[in-house]
Amino acid sequence: MALSTSDFLTSEPRGPIAAFGTFLARALVSLAVPVIAFIVLYAGFVFLRDADAPRILVVLVAIVWGVGGTALLYYVANWTVERFPATWRHRILPFVFVGPAIAILAFYLLIPTVLSFIYSFKDATSADWIGLENYIYAFTNPDMVTAIRNNVLWLVVGTTLATGFGLAIAVLADRSRLDRAAKTLIFLPMAISFVGAGIIWQFVYSFQPAVAPQIGLLNSFLGALGIGPISWLTTEPINTFLLIVILIWAQTGFAMVILGAALKGVPDELLEAGRIDGATEWQLFRRIIVPAIWPTIITVATTVAILTLKIFDIVFAMTQGNFGTEVIASLQFKQMFVYFDYGRGSALAIILLVAVTPVIWYNLRSFRSREI
Amino acid sequence: MKQSRSSSFLINATVIGLVLIWTIPTVGLFITSFRPESAVATSAWWTVLGDLGSLTFANYEEVLFGGDGLANAFLNTLAVSIPAVVIPILIAAFAAYAFAWMKFPGKRILFITVVALLVVPLQISLIPVLQAYVAIDLNGTFLAVWLAHAGFGLALATYLLYNYISQLPREIMESASLDGASHFQTFTRLVLPLSTPALASFAIFQFLWTWNDLLVAQTFLGTDPEVAVLTSRLIGLIGSRGTEWHLLTAGAFVSMVLPVVVFLALQRYFVRGLLAGSVKG
Repeated sequence: MALSTSDFLTSEPRGPIAAFGTFLARALVSLAVPVIAFIVLYAGFVFLRDADAPRILVVLVAIVWGVGGTALLYYVANWTVERFPATWRHRILPFVFVGPAIAILAFYLLIPTVLSFIYSFKDATSADWIGLENYIYAFTNPDMVTAIRNNVLWLVVGTTLATGFGLAIAVLADRSRLDRAAKTLIFLPMAISFVGAGIIWQFVYSFQPAVAPQIGLLNSFLGALGIGPISWLTTEPINTFLLIVILIWAQTGFAMVILGAALKGVPDELLEAGRIDGATEWQLFRRIIVPAIWPTIITVATTVAILTLKIFDIVFAMTQGNFGTEVIASLQFKQMFVYFDYGRGSALAIILLVAVTPVIWYNLRSFRSREI
Repeated sequence: MKQSRSSSFLINATVIGLVLIWTIPTVGLFITSFRPESAVATSAWWTVLGDLGSLTFANYEEVLFGGDGLANAFLNTLAVSIPAVVIPILIAAFAAYAFAWMKFPGKRILFITVVALLVVPLQISLIPVLQAYVAIDLNGTFLAVWLAHAGFGLALATYLLYNYISQLPREIMESASLDGASHFQTFTRLVLPLSTPALASFAIFQFLWTWNDLLVAQTFLGTDPEVAVLTSRLIGLIGSRGTEWHLLTAGAFVSMVLPVVVFLALQRYFVRGLLAGSVKG
């Protein structure tokens, strides 16, 4: 902390000349420090952009520059504002703290949402207004109809099964001595990217012509039973379900952990009372456990639901949206970066936003009620 | 809870069965990544039991340091994800402190805006942000991706950290202020250390998210092998070497090692974060 300099700079001046000198010094230092900080940061940026250094060095510099630079900016901004007279300091300081967050949110979310909304009523290059044409396209184009149908499948099947399996495993693991190890192993796929998960499952679904040996788990297994081989990922509509399996595999652990924590909160007396009244375990589950943790079940389900509505990586890694597996987000990506149709791409993004909004609104409401 | 021996056996068997279903696909991938190319293409991975001597590190050598250079992509992913974790956390913590402990006009409406922005799916930002990046010649740099990750994680980070920081005891803040500490000193010396659990929870969440992200990196950093991250390069590998399983499997494992280690080491914080609502909008 620059306590000593700040004492020096804010101490009372002794005469008019000294006062002016102090003011000048204060102004100069206040200007110089931000300027120097800016120059240092810009030099770092140029180095990173143009450097021909070994990759490891560039990466190290990038990390130090990015992390250190952010801290430096706050430090310098605060340092500068502390030079100001007290009234101004109190007025400005909160915005030094909150300003960067607001600026970044405005630049990355708020303004883009407004812009995308505007672009969605314009043509591919955002040159002319074309009214609702992009939205009409979005709901009549056959690919898009497939995508919406698939997203509904993802939403219903993925959400139900991930939440259901999560609940079932949480209840079972709770009663098993293998509790911890089992939970960790089922939770682990959460740490794996959807792209990595895609490769894992491509290998499960792998298909070779009937004469060749099958190296995929599924076709080998069925082959041993005398079935197949089947080209899983190109066969409609089973391929979409097989992609949803990957999501379930990845998200069940999440549901299990959250629901497991909620289960611990169900009072034992309630269960004991039920048992004394002669209820079976299934009845206890249906009549006591599920109602008690219902709000948490809804929270988990909405979280997975949002994920399914925005699902992109799995489809992109497995089929690139071919063979009838397209979803809204993968189509949107294609419109943007393959066809460069910003109008249609934006319309699809707005449709995603509208689809997600009620789910998140519901979720936020339950966050709030949980905090009280 | 008292249970009959048979029902306890049934439960344990079911749990073991489920764990096997959940882990076998990953085990298959792991084993395959150590098998020689010729063996991968002609026999299933579980036949390896009869031929343990054939296991090799050659696939990793080739995929890391050969023409595909995933070692480079690994470094790039580090360079993307570490600042992409720290920057939004720092910015969010400052903002959360201001929302919790400072007075300023417009505070309520700004906070409501932050919460409302939790809703926005990041897809909506790709085109406008990309256009802005191209206009100022920022696209394809690490800074571009860090700030984008910061932007997409910030609403949630601010919201979560606010929940934590606003619950810190008022007396601590008041006594710091009486001792003459400025807001900046209170924040850096008191609030940040006290908030470590919340910061750690969000950090591990954001780390997994940025390390595993494909869409943001693909859009703002691009697929040039010099700068591209692991997920981008893996997608490229699927496209160009879709049948070369010995390389794909090794590449997939290279991308999984670090997040899995971080996840196992810090699972406690991760679970705590999940329970506090670290769920990205």
